[in-house]
Amino acid sequence: MSDPMRIRASVVGDKVEVKVLMAHPMESGLRKNADGSIIPAHFIDRVVASCKGKTVLAADWGPAVSKNPYLSFRFSGAAKGDMVSVTWTDNKGDTRTDEAAIA
Amino acid sequence: MTPIHVSRRKFLSAASKFGAALAVLPLLRPFAAFAATERNTAAFSAKSMSDVIKAYGGADAKESTEITITAPEIAENGAVVPVTVESKIAGTRTISVLVEKNPAALSARFEIPEGTDAYAATRVKVGETSNLIAVVQTADGTFYAQKPVKVTLGGCGG
Repeated sequence: MSDPMRIRASVVGDKVEVKVLMAHPMESGLRKNADGSIIPAHFIDRVVASCKGKTVLAADWGPAVSKNPYLSFRFSGAAKGDMVSVTWTDNKGDTRTDEAAIA
Repeated sequence: MTPIHVSRRKFLSAASKFGAALAVLPLLRPFAAFAATERNTAAFSAKSMSDVIKAYGGADAKESTEITITAPEIAENGAVVPVTVESKIAGTRTISVLVEKNPAALSARFEIPEGTDAYAATRVKVGETSNLIAVVQTADGTFYAQKPVKVTLGGCGG
């Protein structure tokens, strides 16, 4: 199980701004170890964020997203106190979901 | 034969049909589930913007000034290049972030549902000095904008 995500969601004007920091190696599969063997690819390939049962952002990622990925987006239709939930899935099938209340 | 047996026969026949329908269901469902989450591997292995757009079924992209890419002009560390893309084109449905000279051009593709701003910020790896390209898909076609980023330390050495 990987480390939890850090999720900040705050009301900015009439919208909600969400900032997410995930803990993941995002290994591209192109790097080599000191002994010359290739480090296998290990990266988040799908991210879905939802609020009140509605998907507010979905993304397909490749291995070119930086290690410990950062993601920020804005949506409308939610208020302070509502929960925003973010789920990622990686290419090895690992998945993690975390949520945070909108501040 | 008493009426109860007749109804039993009907019941069994109906039950077997229902059972057959049930047996077919699990065969169909995995395909539906697969289609919904299927990853566009062609797009993620494409080398150029036009191949990525083709992989998503788009036609020729038009350059647009209504897409804003915010990224540093010079990135000291190519492994972590902050990128923000914002589209002012009405009806933006997806935003894709591409790095022209990376081994695979497509880095990330964001699906923007109704009610979400056509805006996404993330950090990407940039292997060498290259153009960052943002591709926006709308109901009216495909648009793009690009911005060069100089990299002093490549993003693939880690």
